[in-house]
Amino acid sequence: MNNYTFMCLAVPARVTVIEGDEAVLDYGGVTRKANISMLSDVKVGDYVLVHVGYAISKMDEEEARETLKLWDEMLKAAP
Amino acid sequence: MQNTFNDKSTASRIIQKIKDISGGRKIKLMHVCGTHEQTITKNGLRALLPRNVEVVPGPGCPVCITPRTEIDKAIRLSRMGAIITTYGDMLRVPGSTSSLAKEKALGGDIRIIYSPFEAVGIARRNPDKNVVFLGIGFETTAPMTAQVLIKEPPENFSVLCSHRVVPPAMDFLLNGGYKIDGFIDPGHVSTIIGVSPYIPLSEKYHIPQVISGFEPLDVLMSIFMILRQLGNNTAIVENEYWRVVKPQGNPSAQQLMRDVFEPCSKEWRGLPVIPDASLKLKNEFSGYDAEKRFDIEPVENDSCGIDCPLCGNILKGLSNPVDCELFGKLCTPENPVGACMVSSEGTCNIAYRYGNLVL
Ligand code: SF4
Repeated sequence: MNNYTFMCLAVPARVTVIEGDEAVLDYGGVTRKANISMLSDVKVGDYVLVHVGYAISKMDEEEARETLKLWDEMLKAAP
Repeated sequence: MQNTFNDKSTASRIIQKIKDISGGRKIKLMHVCGTHEQTITKNGLRALLPRNVEVVPGPGCPVCITPRTEIDKAIRLSRMGAIITTYGDMLRVPGSTSSLAKEKALGGDIRIIYSPFEAVGIARRNPDKNVVFLGIGFETTAPMTAQVLIKEPPENFSVLCSHRVVPPAMDFLLNGGYKIDGFIDPGHVSTIIGVSPYIPLSEKYHIPQVISGFEPLDVLMSIFMILRQLGNNTAIVENEYWRVVKPQGNPSAQQLMRDVFEPCSKEWRGLPVIPDASLKLKNEFSGYDAEKRFDIEPVENDSCGIDCPLCGNILKGLSNPVDCELFGKLCTPENPVGACMVSSEGTCNIAYRYGNLVL
């Protein structure tokens, strides 16, 4: 992954180690550090989205599964 | 966890529903995010939509909308001997007569960084040099620029602030009569700003909006949700990307932006001056403001920064790259004439690489 040309692409990564404001992230095999000071409740094992070296949001696995269920309901309800 | 959002059978179900509810009238949807354009073009989504439903890219690539006057300022600072640091895609964006890449080839000290904290590191390691960070991007990169400024970087560090914000630009487009029937709102920007900044737009212009993720299914689902609103004559902001975008956004990032920046009105490339759609450093940070510190003469505002025949229209979603006579001939990603061809998020660049843009 070449981050230099993907300024805009926030990629989800798994938190493996937390050291103060920094975390070591696993992007499916590639590891990289990121600053996590903009998120308040990051834990090891969480998935986060990273932008220019900073984690900006947590991605919730449970909510991802719920999303698919909700879509199903929405599609069923549509005319 | 990603792959579930790639499922073909769900895709055909959504597409069928889109067809069922799209009616016959022409519907024009706009997105304002280069990553959405990637998803749409790379996966050929336009070809799957009914003929009357059109999805056009708006001014959503931060590299493309940085006007050449601001590139010119960075070039001037480089010629004054400063080390210029910025994100990779910015190097080839054309200024009036040069680009940062050309300046680098001529010996200018221009460095690509991945994150603003690297620019601060360069300043620490080069105490006898001025190090300027050309800070570009929307709400997804502005908080990071703010964060390094709050942490009291060394005195030889400064920022050439080219940040911009999305909702006022959407307001401008809606106000300008571009006849947009619905907005696919940018997922990453929304992780920062949350849902509420879009609500006044829906109220003022009665326009449906859906905050969308970046998998093909996310985009299709968002289109379905907008069409559903159009069918019910509702105009609200829905959040399709709620697995990532929290309603309140990212409060710490918002606070950083409030602490460091204030809105100002500047031109966007291809567009005129848009009220309150740019950011400048607050007075408390003027010591870090490269424009104030180095007294770079104001660049004459004689152009809207368009340097190719159609970039202006491309950025407003009014033209298709293939309409441009230079597309793929004189203008390619290796040799960009206009800004839309430079960045991997630019509409012309994406159309060139994936070659199936159907507008
Ligand atoms: S093909 Fe090049 S010159 Fe033509 S509109 Fe796109 S960026 Fe501009």
